[in-house]
Amino acid sequence: MSARTYAPNERDPAQQEAHFRYVLRLGDTSLVLGQRLGEWVGHAPALEEDLGLANLALDLIGQARLLLTYAGELEGRGRDEDALAFLRDAPEFANLTLAEQPNGDFGHTIVRQWLLDAWQLEIYEGLRVSADTRLGAIAAKAIKETRYHHRFSSGWLIRLGDGTQESHDRVQAALDSLWRFTAELFAADDVDERMKAAAIAPALTELAPRWSARIDEDLRAATLKRPAAQPYPWHGRRGVHTEHLGHMLTEMQHLQRTYPGVRW
Amino acid sequence: MIEPEAGPGREQLIWALLAGVPDPEIPVLSIVDLGIVRHVRQDADGRLHVGITPTYSGCPATEVIRIAVRAALDAGGHADAVLEQVLSPPWSSEWLTSAARAKLKAFGIAPPEEPVSSPRRLWHAPLVPCPRCGSRATERVSEFGSTPCKAHYRCGACQEPFDYFKCF
Repeated sequence: MSARTYAPNERDPAQQEAHFRYVLRLGDTSLVLGQRLGEWVGHAPALEEDLGLANLALDLIGQARLLLTYAGELEGRGRDEDALAFLRDAPEFANLTLAEQPNGDFGHTIVRQWLLDAWQLEIYEGLRVSADTRLGAIAAKAIKETRYHHRFSSGWLIRLGDGTQESHDRVQAALDSLWRFTAELFAADDVDERMKAAAIAPALTELAPRWSARIDEDLRAATLKRPAAQPYPWHGRRGVHTEHLGHMLTEMQHLQRTYPGVRW
Repeated sequence: MIEPEAGPGREQLIWALLAGVPDPEIPVLSIVDLGIVRHVRQDADGRLHVGITPTYSGCPATEVIRIAVRAALDAGGHADAVLEQVLSPPWSSEWLTSAARAKLKAFGIAPPEEPVSSPRRLWHAPLVPCPRCGSRATERVSEFGSTPCKAHYRCGACQEPFDYFKCF
């Protein structure tokens, strides 16, 4: 753990806003991905994988709770994890666009999961030494879970890619279709730059090659082809989403929207 | 109501009290056995602080444990105790006491086998002896089981399925 400590910067509202945004993005990505995986419950190809996906979903939603609770405190407007999760509309969500993409078939879900697991591994590893010790503690906890998430998703990627012609073709098609969302993973904007300058967040430019190397290693084992690099037209982190997020939120937020304030 | 003592004696009292709070998923273990209780300490003002840590970020038992600890503290006359969440260092299955491992095995759950630091753990399922017959001819059915902390195994000798408490 870093010896440096971080106190909310009340004299610099722009910095405070960036800090809130940064944590919100991490929390929203975990939440949205966790909700997507939850959609598999009762539908996965085998009971063991059904439980596996549900376990991953649970971890991701647990991470989202820690992150969104913190984001709410940084924002300072009295919003807790539930208010952030259930009472915001799609344009206020700041998740990576990749996380909200629909499940498709099992292979499609695995490719999406694997791309984001590899991303989270790098992000959380970098955040462990954050000047923000609270964020560092969340990352140090989350990375232990992310390691077996990646073991699960890369294991299936390799089995499906190096499996039958049918499974190979399906995961290659999923990869080709989802690849366009990967440029957003390491595209730094003003929020990332501010956080990097304050030693709160790692430099995305340093993480990108490590992610890329891990992806290539898994792809080789899976006998899959890496698609060509794509331009960067996706801005989920800035609240500009594909049409899919709204539909997902309609289901996720149904209870709170219909019966505001209802409790179990 | 019990009148709380002052000083270190009170901390001992709380540890004993919390050792009586069972884990909601594995009731043979207490939350102290599991290493969930991280600290019990009194600050300069005499205020008592109890720190608990989640096992897995999303473990649904975490919420139930928090409520159970609060209830145990209140019932024990420690309503003034502050309950805090501790995240760092992250919980590890290595914190299970040896008594906890023995209790798990007697309950039919294979206790965590290899240290988390073992490199073999990265890619290979650990060899887990069957908690019922002791045979090592077991196989992993799934890395994921009935709770986040357990994997699903099967014994090739006695044919019984069993849970394995994962190294984490």
